[in-house]
Amino acid sequence: MAVRVIDEKCKGCQKCVKACPFEAITMNERLAVIGAACTSCGACIDVCPFGAIEKVEDLKKGVDITQYHDVWVFAEQRDGQLMGVSIELLGEGKKLAGEIGCKVCAVLLGDKVDNLVDELFEYGADKVYYANDPALATYNTDAYNKVIYQAILKYKPEIVLLGATHIGRDLGPCLAVQCGTGLTADCTKLDIDPVDKKLMQTRPAFGGNLMATILCPNHRPQMSTVRPGVMEKPARVPGRKGELVNLNVAFKEGDIRMKVLEVVKGLTEKVSLTDAKVIVSGGRGLGDPEGFKLIKQLADRLGGVVGASRAAVDAGWIDHSHQVGQTGTTVKPDIYIACGISGAIQHLAGMQTSKIIIAINKSENAPIFEVADYGIVGDLYKVIPAILEALG
Amino acid sequence: MIFSEKHELVRKLARDFAEKELTKEVLDQIEETGEYPKELLAKMGKAGFFGIKTPVKYGGQGSDYLSYVIVLEELGRASAVTDIWVSAPNSLGGGPLMLAGTPEQLEKYLPPIARGEKIMAFGLTEPNAGSDAGGTTTTAVQDGDYWILNGRKTFITTAPVADWCIIYAKTDRTQKGSKGISAFIVDMKLPGVSCGKAEHKMGLIGCPTSDIILEDVRVHKDDMLGEEGKGFSNAMKTLDIGRIGVAAMAIGVAQGALDESVRYAKERKQFGKRLADFQEISFMIADMATKLQAAKELVYRAAQLKDANSPEAGPAASMAKYYATEICNEIAAKAVQIHGGYGYIREYKVERIYRDCRVFTIFEGTSQVQKMVIAGSLLK
Amino acid sequence: MKIIVCAKQVPNTNEVKIDPVKGTLIRDGVPSILNPDDANALEAALQLKERYPGTTVTVISMGPPQATYMLRECLAMGADEAVLLSSRAFGGADTCATSTTLAAGIRKLGKFDLILAGRQAIDGDTAQVGPQTAQRLGVPSVTYVQKIREIKKNSIVVERNLEDGYEVIEVKMPCVLTAIKELNEPRYMTIAQIEEAYKKEITIWNENDINLAPSDCGLNASPTQVFRSFTPPPKGKGEMLTGTVPEMAAALIQKLREKHAL
Repeated sequence: MAVRVIDEKCKGCQKCVKACPFEAITMNERLAVIGAACTSCGACIDVCPFGAIEKVEDLKKGVDITQYHDVWVFAEQRDGQLMGVSIELLGEGKKLAGEIGCKVCAVLLGDKVDNLVDELFEYGADKVYYANDPALATYNTDAYNKVIYQAILKYKPEIVLLGATHIGRDLGPCLAVQCGTGLTADCTKLDIDPVDKKLMQTRPAFGGNLMATILCPNHRPQMSTVRPGVMEKPARVPGRKGELVNLNVAFKEGDIRMKVLEVVKGLTEKVSLTDAKVIVSGGRGLGDPEGFKLIKQLADRLGGVVGASRAAVDAGWIDHSHQVGQTGTTVKPDIYIACGISGAIQHLAGMQTSKIIIAINKSENAPIFEVADYGIVGDLYKVIPAILEALG
Repeated sequence: MIFSEKHELVRKLARDFAEKELTKEVLDQIEETGEYPKELLAKMGKAGFFGIKTPVKYGGQGSDYLSYVIVLEELGRASAVTDIWVSAPNSLGGGPLMLAGTPEQLEKYLPPIARGEKIMAFGLTEPNAGSDAGGTTTTAVQDGDYWILNGRKTFITTAPVADWCIIYAKTDRTQKGSKGISAFIVDMKLPGVSCGKAEHKMGLIGCPTSDIILEDVRVHKDDMLGEEGKGFSNAMKTLDIGRIGVAAMAIGVAQGALDESVRYAKERKQFGKRLADFQEISFMIADMATKLQAAKELVYRAAQLKDANSPEAGPAASMAKYYATEICNEIAAKAVQIHGGYGYIREYKVERIYRDCRVFTIFEGTSQVQKMVIAGSLLK
Repeated sequence: MKIIVCAKQVPNTNEVKIDPVKGTLIRDGVPSILNPDDANALEAALQLKERYPGTTVTVISMGPPQATYMLRECLAMGADEAVLLSSRAFGGADTCATSTTLAAGIRKLGKFDLILAGRQAIDGDTAQVGPQTAQRLGVPSVTYVQKIREIKKNSIVVERNLEDGYEVIEVKMPCVLTAIKELNEPRYMTIAQIEEAYKKEITIWNENDINLAPSDCGLNASPTQVFRSFTPPPKGKGEMLTGTVPEMAAALIQKLREKHAL
């Protein structure tokens, strides 16, 4: 597909120039010209008041897509444990397979992880492709790539889904090139086009400022990586069975060009306020320094760090390095939880661009509620334990 | 003015540096302790900020005045005292050397200054002689291969931490006024050299200033800078150029004040609307921005004239310094006004800006002296 | 050693804003920058250059002619030379087509020992071009490199970051490594090197120069296509939760889960 300007209809209004997220459109003698930066996103088509921009289907070499069937999910395991995202993908895969009318299959690689085969069946896999070999014990780009590529060649899946983990995002790109197909990274939504049964992959771009729906019309398999935690985990049905297909594993000299010498676990360093994805901050409303223990508990539970308002720092309850705001650190986390913080302008200036702001405060008139996405009026010493409870 | 891509890249370098290194935390710490972090100076040296116009063969960057102005502008936008550290080696430290140094002197002194490893102070001002340098009373008397220096220099930037200082001293007491003055490169560790106690200044905290006292200091004749008796002209030429630096600081610091004002006016709500929605405030900001732009053009022009070796560069530098430093003070005062009570407390940047920029209209030639230069060039 | 660094000029997405009324992207005044992860890749290359005398660092990029500005920045950080792959024909490329083009450009540059690239570009966040370029060149790749430990005779030992730790990997050279922020702290340019950068020529190649047919580049060679793009619904007015404390807590967690924030 490409985007084309119909010169006769273009009035030179420049609406498309402004709408283009990629600055790909320029004006030439009152006619819009689409430049090389165009990604065919179609933003210009929607804004053109004159219908002067159209999408043209172009003939592209591809494969015979009718030969490809089934939805595959890469069952990522580490130390014999399935990654949560793989289970989530089985649920999503089943939904997609239902809409297409095909099977959902898991692809499992490892060394003596037979027990996971049953787990995959119980989470909904109709079929499990299983490669069992000592060389596959831990993830290795070359080894995994080769085994899965050969399975794809042989069994021809229509869709391949991988978790957007550090491993899935390593394996996916390599496989896609091997198969000569496309890959859409970090999808947050997957749908099947009801008419032609093609996979519609939606993902954020531009740092989340733009969403794009991507198609892979002429190549197979259609491949996506999906962010962990986005899809619903399916219910486990104990005793559910499916078909097991063993995959051949044979490596030649030179197939595997890398080896994992050592795996080191759990050495995540303490993140700073500016890098933190989640910040839980406490203010004057805590009443005393002990309150930060509760704040820390919630921060730890959410994998975040502790912040503070100037009032709490001035009171000597916590070190200045935790201070968020005009006089402290400016932050932009995914989630900011303000507990017992009224929301003085100095504080707001340092946190109001956070993606999601949650405010917990006794006073319903606190200015912090004006910038909050979710507000809870109440005693933080009751609300935070309740949130911890709800998190399970 | 429209900059070349090269100068835009210089600006990007300085801006990135300021954003990353001159954080509020670091600046507050400098203000509190009065100490400028050595690591920060080392990083500035690495980026080349201490020898912008110094030739590459003397350890410098081989760039031009316009780059120098841009660096001061962007760093000053975040921190005025940082500009003092940057301008010192570029201007008053390295300037006299580049004007009059012998090849041996250039090789010995310039590279460590340009790399930021050594600090050279500029010792011209005396208790009774500022821009009126003709009143110099420090003396140098020849004794064989040595000159013996006696006297007192005052308000010398970086003196307490300097490795060397250029000292202007009367070598021929029979000559009157500005004649008979010579320049010397004095090692601050020489016997007889001492510093007064660091001054408690209103602003620019983090760069020490003190007196230098010279008592029978024996300086080797090889360390005389330039010809005997030509010291005054060396000092005046140095100051002539140095003014561009102060002017550049002023537009940077003023930009910082304007940035803060715009941000605050959009953020702060009173009487149910943003400050920015009050015409009184918005017009103030329009005024500030317009005058700042005018000042910028004067400064850039002076730098370009200097780069082109134009004879107009001197008066142009004076005009730039005069106007830019005056409007910088005006903008800083308005910025404090816009901030209201918050502008009067230390936690807000404009309070520091207001104190820091006050000296701009004073040092390296007061506004009044600049007017003398400008008028002099017209009425001679 | 001969090191090639892949770099991309990207809009600074931190400064992209959404027009609250029209819901469109505001690109005015958004500066183009050297992609942050790519700066880490370049820094790693420059550190190796300092450690192994005789090493050369070549930066290669695919992009519009204006990307030479970003390449000058790379030169001003200390790269030896820069190549820009630029042509109308490269437009609209997905990662698959981009890796084909980059690989062709790298082949034209000749033998290399190491390719360093950023893990991902902030405008697309795909993390695909690095490993895909390796596949096309037939060399191994390691992504998410957080540390380069040592270079042996024919291999390099690196640490690869995982969500819950890291693994130490030895990989045969030549190879591709993709860098993450933790790898190093990119250096500043220097003014002298900026001066130098503007005395150097930046090589610009189109599809003919790197022996690619137009059908092998850009949109024509991209299996994926953007079907449509849209701005996510704007943030509405905040919501005050109601009910008992446990009810409010439960509602909050449910809303966060719905938004995939947890």
